[in-house]
Amino acid sequence: MQVPAPFEYERAASVDEAVALLARHGPEARLVAGGHSLLPMMKLRLARPEMLIDINDLSDLDYIRTEGDEIAIGAMTRHAGVLDSAVLAEHYRIFAEAERVIADPIVRNRGTVGGSLCQADPSEDLSAVFSALRGTAVIRSESGSRNVEMRQFHTGPYETAVGAAEMLVEVRLPIRPNSGSAYEKVERRAGDWSIAAAGAFVQLDGEGRIADLGIGLAAVGADHFTCEEAEDALRGGTPSEEAIARAAAICAEGCQPQADQRGPVDYKRHLVGVLVARALTRSAARARGEAA
Amino acid sequence: MMRVSMRVNGAQTEAEIEPRLLLVHYLRNTLGLTGTHWGCDTSNCGACTVWLDGLPVKSCTTLAAMADGHEVRTVEDLADGDSLDPVQQGFMQEHGLQCGFCTPGMLMTARALLDRDPDPDEATIREAISGNLCRCTGYENIVRAIRWAAEHQAAQAREEAAL
Amino acid sequence: MTATEVPAPDDTRTPGGNPLGFGRMLRKEDARFLRGQGRYVDDVVLPGMLHGAVLRSPYAHARLVSIDTSAAEAHPRVKAVITGQTLESLNLAWMPTLSGDVTAVLATDKVRFQGQEVAFVIAEDEYSARDALELIDVEYDPLPAVVDAKHALDPDAPVIRDDLEGRTDNHIYDWEAGDAQACEEAFAKADVVVSEDIIYPRVHPAPMETCGSVAHMDKVTGKLTVWTTTQAPHAHRTVYALVAGLPEHKIQIISPDIGGGFGNKVGIYPGYVLSIVGSIVTGAPVKWMEDRSENLMSTSFARDYHMHGDIAATKEGKILALRVNVLADHGAFNGVAQPTKFPAGFFHIFTGSYDYPAAHCKVTAVYTNKALGGVAYACSFRITEAVYLVERMVDCLAFELKMDPAELRMKNLLRPEQFPYTSPTGWEYDSGDYPRALSEAMRIAGYDDLRREQAERRAAAESDPSVPLMGIGLSFFTEGVGAGPRKHMDILGLGMADGCELRLHPTGKAQLRLSVQTQGQGHETTFAQIVSHVLGIPPEDVEVLHGDTDNTPFGLGTYGSRSTPVSGAAAAVAAQRVKDKARLIAATSLECSVDDLEWEHGRWFVKGDPTKGQTMAEIAMAAHSSLELPEGVEGHLDASVVYNPPNLTYPFGAYICVVDVDRQTGVVKVRRFIAVDDCGPRINPMIVEGQIHGGLADGVGMALMEVIAFDKEGNNLGGSFMDYLLPTSLECPSWELGMTVTPSPHHPIGTKGVGESATVGSPAAVVNAVLDALQIRAADMPFTPAMTWRALQGRPMRPDLAIE
Repeated sequence: MQVPAPFEYERAASVDEAVALLARHGPEARLVAGGHSLLPMMKLRLARPEMLIDINDLSDLDYIRTEGDEIAIGAMTRHAGVLDSAVLAEHYRIFAEAERVIADPIVRNRGTVGGSLCQADPSEDLSAVFSALRGTAVIRSESGSRNVEMRQFHTGPYETAVGAAEMLVEVRLPIRPNSGSAYEKVERRAGDWSIAAAGAFVQLDGEGRIADLGIGLAAVGADHFTCEEAEDALRGGTPSEEAIARAAAICAEGCQPQADQRGPVDYKRHLVGVLVARALTRSAARARGEAA
Repeated sequence: MMRVSMRVNGAQTEAEIEPRLLLVHYLRNTLGLTGTHWGCDTSNCGACTVWLDGLPVKSCTTLAAMADGHEVRTVEDLADGDSLDPVQQGFMQEHGLQCGFCTPGMLMTARALLDRDPDPDEATIREAISGNLCRCTGYENIVRAIRWAAEHQAAQAREEAAL
Repeated sequence: MTATEVPAPDDTRTPGGNPLGFGRMLRKEDARFLRGQGRYVDDVVLPGMLHGAVLRSPYAHARLVSIDTSAAEAHPRVKAVITGQTLESLNLAWMPTLSGDVTAVLATDKVRFQGQEVAFVIAEDEYSARDALELIDVEYDPLPAVVDAKHALDPDAPVIRDDLEGRTDNHIYDWEAGDAQACEEAFAKADVVVSEDIIYPRVHPAPMETCGSVAHMDKVTGKLTVWTTTQAPHAHRTVYALVAGLPEHKIQIISPDIGGGFGNKVGIYPGYVLSIVGSIVTGAPVKWMEDRSENLMSTSFARDYHMHGDIAATKEGKILALRVNVLADHGAFNGVAQPTKFPAGFFHIFTGSYDYPAAHCKVTAVYTNKALGGVAYACSFRITEAVYLVERMVDCLAFELKMDPAELRMKNLLRPEQFPYTSPTGWEYDSGDYPRALSEAMRIAGYDDLRREQAERRAAAESDPSVPLMGIGLSFFTEGVGAGPRKHMDILGLGMADGCELRLHPTGKAQLRLSVQTQGQGHETTFAQIVSHVLGIPPEDVEVLHGDTDNTPFGLGTYGSRSTPVSGAAAAVAAQRVKDKARLIAATSLECSVDDLEWEHGRWFVKGDPTKGQTMAEIAMAAHSSLELPEGVEGHLDASVVYNPPNLTYPFGAYICVVDVDRQTGVVKVRRFIAVDDCGPRINPMIVEGQIHGGLADGVGMALMEVIAFDKEGNNLGGSFMDYLLPTSLECPSWELGMTVTPSPHHPIGTKGVGESATVGSPAAVVNAVLDALQIRAADMPFTPAMTWRALQGRPMRPDLAIE
């Protein structure tokens, strides 16, 4: 069996201790939560941290709750917790739809929201979801806490705005009345990474026009997991089939997918168009209170 | 090196280990509990599924160090002496295993499913075991085995309630 | 036994609650597996055991310039590092393959595929062994790689096997079967000729347990014991004796519980040999277990056939001839595991289940810079490729004739009265009623209703692109399994007969020793039932022993669905011999004539006086007692058999698959799968159905997701379970099974092999269903969403190359 190279191991009992350990051990230290992205990379010896700081004891970061007109999701929330969350089911159906196709149920018992976002895999579904919803990341260090818009969180493949001595502790989302959301993913097989995936939310005003919306894209090289040009094209209009088709076409054109064994570029672009349209259509229907 | 201690199948265990030791190796090599298998390196196959604090996890992608101070349960703990757990009985009655290699992981997943949902339908079962690969059965009889277990443990519970 | 006679079901239950003989019986082996008490190779721990790890080539083709092992050797927990140079000094750097070629144990001159073995580290623990791999410094001089088999014979292609004297190209062999002239004539007068290129891409058996071994050379006794993942323990012992020059009587191969084989565990891999060498070098037991990537990248692949088929027919749809040209990609060494006289395995059974006079095939095999293998993954010696070819070609013909594929098949299937039937390429099919099986599958499927629904769906889809397309695919297969008659079939010169020993102890309890080796097929149960069927003793009273060459008779092992056809026959014959001898002993005990005895349920009794008789247990005790036996009758009650099958057995079946295809995304969903199998009488229907289920999942896997492709540099693109996708519970439908029963006339209990039937028969049904949905004639599997969408666009992709 593949095994990781040697490393030192410490456990953090609190966020303060975790960031202190990070600060003390420098850039060769890595936080580990579920470990389902990091450990396979370490087994392949593509990742070789000198020290792992285990934050699985930070159960106080395992929560999904409403705070005023926002939802707060703790970084140590496991995928299974997101999938089962009543709060998210009420406000954002996109989460359950995305989570249901992330890895498999056993991996979801262990993998965390924070770990997935910080691994920053270009195919990560949750990155697309939070980008679609324009969440805000809360990042802690010894010197305090700062907020980063989720659309600025990812700075490149496997790179984030989280500094070497920082830790993502929470993601916050605005609650949007009269909105609906949805996630669409095509994979080669259950549990595989996306060939392409699209998530969306649509918020309607009293006249049925789109007051606000968000689009998230995974696995297709979309800047910051989204396509703002398509969002701008739709905002303020009605979610008609034609308008949605136009927005979907903008997404398909604007993304930069790479060919791999999941598919060639033309197919992935085509898929983006189909999935964006489906996600927007269902989001709008849900915003109208229809079953979708 | 570091010292870990954890309860495994109800018994306290302790060992001096390298921090990088995978939980599956702690169970198999350190403790000699070879009922837990491994089939891949990438947490795709689920042969290594055990419970950590009551939840199924893939022990090939979990460090033994992470389980320090926690509770682990493996296939060796399913039967109560000679008496098999209903999921074990179901797998036998419905021929839910052939080579037996994925079986321990499947059983741990199945037991956890029935603890959470004592009456799952076929779709629920298929989703629950979708992280456990089997190359022999085409899953049909595994699904039936879990249904068998659900029905029989419900009947058993009814009988016990009637006494 | 005739083709219509089926043994009457016996409702007798034994004290253990089991059927007496055939019938549904819970498996004996489950008791240990369910408790986590199976014993697989990696569970074997010996005192002082060391751990080996293999350093593998990152390049597909490169010259080895130098290897520096000094840093690895300096690792405090490393005991030894073995390189090709070490092995050369022992004359072990190369070993023979099963196909008359040689393969490198550790590379000495060049590496010829990505993942090839370069060095072997032996350390005190597995983690240190793997750490030390990183300390070995290898200098490679990369060479251009031959990746696309279609270019392997180009004049400027790099020569891969320059180790072989006089080699100037990558050609391995040309081989043909059938009558080319007769084909020419049939094609000349045909109304319709359809030609198609069909790729059966490289796939991998990928059992859940990878390959490995624990070798222990006892210096004092000179005995070598190897616990190893082998489907053929006796063949492995002989090969080790021949390769390493070790005395065969001092080699014990133990194949303990095996976590699935599917052909992956037939071959002898360098890692096995290295664990043996490692034990000889260090004097300690050495364990080697490959990881999943090593398994997928270096051990027996399957298929990799590039086929061109031509089918000729009348305009009414009567098939006249079929011919096929195959380009076979064998990888860097010809390591195909098949009977010597059959370089393309049993591929020339490609005429399938249909009645036509002319057929011809030509197979050209080539070297490429890929791993070796070729016959694996439940393929029945390449009958998978054969069935896929003919069943695709029949569908192509139906497409051209605009004829329902079920109707076309029905029109051409062999008729029951034609059996035994000699095929145009020389196979003698033993028995069959093909139209009955196809009718049964169509009945279960509700075929006409499905076609009606499809027509409605197609009408609705015209105006709405989001309506999924529905496809209905058929396949009909005939397999020839149970290799095989000694005079025709051998592996490395070893005739394919299998031994069996049955012994009844004084109390009437039995032990049955087999040469075959279960990998999940349930031999411990099924073979006990065979003995029970013949001897009338409860199956729980029969202990089946296998997988240990010191304690079982010689035989070639379990693959190609041969256990029941060959060893099952051996067991039945052994039991019959015991029964016959028991009659002599009973006659002596009862002081009557042998002819006066009648048989019923494990008991010989005097005709007309059922109270006067002896059970097998009583006879067994008598056989071991002081009873004076007639002249020529030895004491004790046992028999030993070497069964030489007179012919293969020919199981067959009719499969129907229903799929829904999202045209916009290319996603294929298998809605239903109906499988009607005929493998003769079923010893344990529960086990037979389980094996069929597993094979059907293989079909879904190969048709929709499993493939090992290579990029231009020869990098393996399927080297982990993230890349090589096995179907999960969510891609598999709930299988709908049916059966017909046509016994084999030459097998002692009428049974045929079934282990690979569904793997062989099902891929074509799924593919035919997808293409039926798309309404296009041809495209290659696997139908991943991208492959499906591109096929629908009229721009299909090759599955064997990197997607660009």
